[in-house]
Amino acid sequence: MSVVTVQLGQCGNQIGGELFDVVANDSSTTQGLCTKKENESYQACCQERFFREEQSGLQVARALLIDMEPKVISQTLLKAVKSGKWKYGEKSYFCQKQGSGNNWADGFCARGPRHTDVLMNMIQHEVEKCEHMGGFFTLMSMAGGTGSGLGTYITQCLRDAYPKSFFLNEVIWPYGTGEVIVQNYNSVLTLSHLYQSADALLVHENDTVHKICAQLMGLKHISFKDVNQVIAHQLGGVLQPAYSSVGATAYGQNPVGNLLESLSPHPEYKLISIFNIPQMAEASLAYSAFTWPGLLKHLRQMLIASSKMEEGINWQVRPPPAGLPSEAKQSPNKQVHFNSSVANLIVLRGKDVDAADTACFKDSALYTSWIPPHVALNVWRTCRPFNKYEKSATLVSNSQCLLKPLDSVVRKAWNMFASK
Amino acid sequence: MTQSIVVQVGQCGNQVGCRFWDLALREHASVNKKGIYDEALNSFFRNVDTRGGVDGADVSSGKICSLKARAVLIDMEEGVVNELLQGPLQEVFDTKQLITDVSGSGNNWAVGHNVYGSQYRDQILEKLRKTAEHCDCLQCFFVIHSMGGGTGSGLGTFVLKVLEDDFPEVHRFVTSVYPSAEDDVITSPYNSVLAMKELTEHADCVLPIENQALVDIVNKINQMASSGKLGASMKLSSTVTSGHGGIKTQEKPFDAMNNIVANLLLNLTSSARFEGSLNMDLNEITMNLVPFPRLHYLVSSLTPLYTLADVNVPPRRLDQMFSDAFSKDHQLIRADPKRSLYLACALMVRGNVQVSDLRRNIERHTFTIICRLMGWSRVVLQKLSTL
Repeated sequence: MSVVTVQLGQCGNQIGGELFDVVANDSSTTQGLCTKKENESYQACCQERFFREEQSGLQVARALLIDMEPKVISQTLLKAVKSGKWKYGEKSYFCQKQGSGNNWADGFCARGPRHTDVLMNMIQHEVEKCEHMGGFFTLMSMAGGTGSGLGTYITQCLRDAYPKSFFLNEVIWPYGTGEVIVQNYNSVLTLSHLYQSADALLVHENDTVHKICAQLMGLKHISFKDVNQVIAHQLGGVLQPAYSSVGATAYGQNPVGNLLESLSPHPEYKLISIFNIPQMAEASLAYSAFTWPGLLKHLRQMLIASSKMEEGINWQVRPPPAGLPSEAKQSPNKQVHFNSSVANLIVLRGKDVDAADTACFKDSALYTSWIPPHVALNVWRTCRPFNKYEKSATLVSNSQCLLKPLDSVVRKAWNMFASK
Repeated sequence: MTQSIVVQVGQCGNQVGCRFWDLALREHASVNKKGIYDEALNSFFRNVDTRGGVDGADVSSGKICSLKARAVLIDMEEGVVNELLQGPLQEVFDTKQLITDVSGSGNNWAVGHNVYGSQYRDQILEKLRKTAEHCDCLQCFFVIHSMGGGTGSGLGTFVLKVLEDDFPEVHRFVTSVYPSAEDDVITSPYNSVLAMKELTEHADCVLPIENQALVDIVNKINQMASSGKLGASMKLSSTVTSGHGGIKTQEKPFDAMNNIVANLLLNLTSSARFEGSLNMDLNEITMNLVPFPRLHYLVSSLTPLYTLADVNVPPRRLDQMFSDAFSKDHQLIRADPKRSLYLACALMVRGNVQVSDLRRNIERHTFTIICRLMGWSRVVLQKLSTL
């Protein structure tokens, strides 16, 4: 099944470009760690999911680039062509002359309705080229004008036009110290509207990814390209093919649907975050060796302590002992809040993946009381390594770790609005 | 890409404008080595095919035939504009873009605003419309004028009203040169106050610039240049006041100060013209920095004032640049924001600066100015463009 990616605004387009790069590179490398048959089936699945064949033999990404100013789109298109492995479709982009000016209302109320027909037509063309439509994946930032405002409007329109499709929205949370002065307004408006139309919201925070670049990747001068590459790597880890059940012989055919099924049991719980391990500089990859127990132990603690990096995890946080009533689980006096989850999905990629034991994630203390742990946890595996990491584990989690940033954004927005 | 039109009014406006066009050509020449008319040039210049006579058609791509500035020059006495037209920049301006008269406004705001305003209203409107028609997508008007004189302040603010009535969706950015305490013109306080009322009502965004601050900056640079130690390693052609590489062979008295203002305008629009990793459009400036419609006066500051001969900028030097940006010595108006209240600030960065450098410096400075920021806007706008 294919996924149609809609890239919105400067941020969405830049990340989209990196994501397709990661996916194309990953699918074309021959790792040698799995059988040829396995490799071929992985490549075929990945190809169908993200690309379509054109007469020239070059892969064309199933994506649409939408922005209100032309600079970023031309940059992204050029970069794709330069890669030599893939490119964007001839007519898959839409841009205007003048940006939205970081104005959510401009994107949502002015530009959106004005360009609805053109945009919906474009998207429909792309959808019609898919044999089996697996869902929409939209990329946008929350702080700007086009990504947030127009992105929200488009998601609403798509939801009306394709009511039975799956919608996975990737939103980028802005830096806490700020990129745009009205970012808190834009974020609050985006989240409140998207909650109605999207099925799930995958969130990446700029602050956290920046820290990953600084501490784990060891980069001294971090550019937005580095940040985008980390985000693309994490997204690729989730969206690339994997076996969704034990003993399956074919790769999961419905990536977005399966993801939503595993992660959003309740329609009111839609905020999803990604924990990825290991993350390190490419140069150090050759010198490191990982074991599944080690990786999974760190991943579990990362989940409990709401830490997105494997360094600096707070090992003091422990799940409360079972048997205590649920109110005791969240005592407001506790300094560090234990992160309780609604549902988790672990995607394991690499060598000896079948031997990896995920029993530690089945602990009922990790989850809320109204979901039994054997349903709340899903594990997907594939023995094909991803993006040069011999073993990698990605945890996609529907948990409380986004509460703190969310509270802070809402508080700042109210302060701004209420001040005189 | 969007286009902007520059409207220069009065003696001060036209002199600053002249330096602006000179520096803009220099900037594009250094980037655009092949002489191709690209999107960046399109924002301020038209490419005219002069084979069909002076009124040739616009050529939208390909090699540069003849660049014409998107500008309207207005002055009520002919001296300054004539000099411009006889100088090296004559090719860049069209005689159809000028409005001149003979006698001048006599440093009288009312003469500029009411007498000449009503007399020349139709002509002004027609020239503006003509220039706007040549634009594909007009985003903003840059009005450059002084507040102390007669034409600049009177007729300049009248033009602002005309722009608001006839082009309501186009942003109006006004660069106003305020008189300093020791000004030559006796009626300048009256002129400034009367003009300021108009600015508050009709402009979208005002960048006030004070002559005294410019003089201080020029003196500071000259002092640095002539003092032994740093003088040797300083690249003289890179100072923000120099017109090096441009067309002027001898510098006239106000040139250094006008260069500073020209640099400010160029840097402000750079993100809209050139691409970068985090672009900022001009309407984003108004959106983020103007919380309430009448509070649209922005204090600007520029760093660095000169570069050292060594091009590699070590992080400490970069951090120093950020600290300088917030210090009152680098501002173009003499005020000390650290002693009063910040409503919002924006950092526009050009060159080889990465996000990590920006974040580090923002964290350092929000700490020092956090007590001064109004409760709600504890967020600093940052934009990057790499050139």
